[in-house]
Amino acid sequence: MSSVAAPSASGPLQAAFKLIATADPDLIEIVTLSLKVSLSAVLFACLIGLPLGAVIGSLRFPGRALLNLILNALMGLPPVTVGLLVYLMISASGPLGIFQLLYTPAAMILAQTILITPIVAALTRDVVAAMHEEYREEFDSLLLSPIQRAIALLRDARYRLVTVALAGFGRAIAEVGAVIIVGGNINHVTRVMTTTIALETSRGNLELALALGAILLSLALVINASLMGVARIGVRTGA
Amino acid sequence: MPEVLLSTRQLSLTLGRERVLRDVELDVHRGRTLAILGANGAGKSLLLRVLHGLIEPDTGVVSVHGKPLDHTARARQAMVFQRPVMLRRSVQQNLDFAIRTRGIQRSRRKSGIAAALTLARLDHKRHQPARSLSGGEQQRLALARAQVAEPELLFLDEATSSLDPASTAAFEDMLGTTVAKGTTVVLVTHDRHQAARLADDIAFLHEGRVAEQGPAATLLDQPQGPELTDWLEGRLQPVSTHGADASERSTP
Ligand SMILES: Nc1ncnc2c1ncn2[C@@H]1O[C@H](COP(=O)(O)OP(=O)(O)OP(=O)(O)O)[C@@H](O)[C@H]1O
Ligand SMILES: [Mg+2]
Repeated sequence: MSSVAAPSASGPLQAAFKLIATADPDLIEIVTLSLKVSLSAVLFACLIGLPLGAVIGSLRFPGRALLNLILNALMGLPPVTVGLLVYLMISASGPLGIFQLLYTPAAMILAQTILITPIVAALTRDVVAAMHEEYREEFDSLLLSPIQRAIALLRDARYRLVTVALAGFGRAIAEVGAVIIVGGNINHVTRVMTTTIALETSRGNLELALALGAILLSLALVINASLMGVARIGVRTGA
Repeated sequence: MPEVLLSTRQLSLTLGRERVLRDVELDVHRGRTLAILGANGAGKSLLLRVLHGLIEPDTGVVSVHGKPLDHTARARQAMVFQRPVMLRRSVQQNLDFAIRTRGIQRSRRKSGIAAALTLARLDHKRHQPARSLSGGEQQRLALARAQVAEPELLFLDEATSSLDPASTAAFEDMLGTTVAKGTTVVLVTHDRHQAARLADDIAFLHEGRVAEQGPAATLLDQPQGPELTDWLEGRLQPVSTHGADASERSTP
């Protein structure tokens, strides 16, 4: 019978799609935690990075060049380095040890926030600086204060800043090095998509890995489609 | 003559290696519209920027009511730039931004915006993104935005140079209303007929220097110097850097 000789590669793939189609509870749990962690990290990164980027992008102050240099360097931080630093901070003997954050989702949010805040800040700075160049004379004429400028620029750059946040989210959701170190990849506690893929693949358990890989890929597509959609809205409304 | 609102003495500005303004002496009288004329590159836009406090001159002073131009005086001025930049917001929000940043009381903002929309004939487009307006509409919005806080002094840099005759007429209409409300206007134009229509006084700028100034009625009909005569007849060449350098060198 032909079914006996069915190629083994189609096995895991079929099983993977079955996991997705039947909304397997483990799968849902992992995807939900991934989204929770990375969306929280984006939220915090925006709370810090948007104002910071707006100030650096629209203000001239002593030390600005140095700050830019640091920010650019931080943009390229390897996730494992961030993971290690956060680990040292929150491990029992670290300065934040008393909060007992190690191997919790909170630790993962912290690590991803540190990872993507420089990205959000630097991209915001570039967007805001370009727009400020355009608005500078009108703002000078209106005698706007630095704070008024930063707020007005953030507001007018809103569509481009959505794409900045999406870029941060893309980086966070795909990252594995930081969350695996501070989260520990504990079943039902700190497992996210990327860490699960790494673990299950090494165990030869391909169904779950493939299912999560497919979801990550779809997320990437959704993010990119949103980027294009937002850009289109921006163009249509003259933003 | 009414009182002098703004005046400059010995104003000079060098950008790079070029002296773009030279010993400019100018008086702007309250309630009298001043038109600044001159060839491309004569320094008109730069002069407006200096008068508005956007650029510091190298030497000389700009004084308003006899005192050096300061923050308070600048807050009572407004400017329509040669290429106005609209915020990425609706027409109404552009006006709201201008009136709010001018520190107008909340209670007076609404009526101010409504009046500005009517003045600019943009009532029906109040919710449209400002950047999607036509050139003429944007120019009217730029003027509406500049006059919304009823400035004492309003600078206009070639505000109608890209408009068709009908839009120009609509714009000049608006400007008339603004002047009637007591705003003193300093405008740059390339159009001698516009100068004749709008201006009480004329200052003619040539290579960064005020070559002639006086009442519009006499100056446009009887120019004194050769430069203004040439300009009025369309024979004045645009400023060339080489020419300016040569005249610099010939002066010991
Ligand atoms: N930032 C700058 N650096 C050096 N030169 C400058 C700068 N800005 C303007 N200039 C020069 O100063 C001169 C006057 O410029 P300005 O823009 O005031 O001319 P204008 O009279 O307004 O001309 P137009 O009628 O074409 O608008 C020009 O020769 C210009 O090239
Ligand atoms: Mg100009």
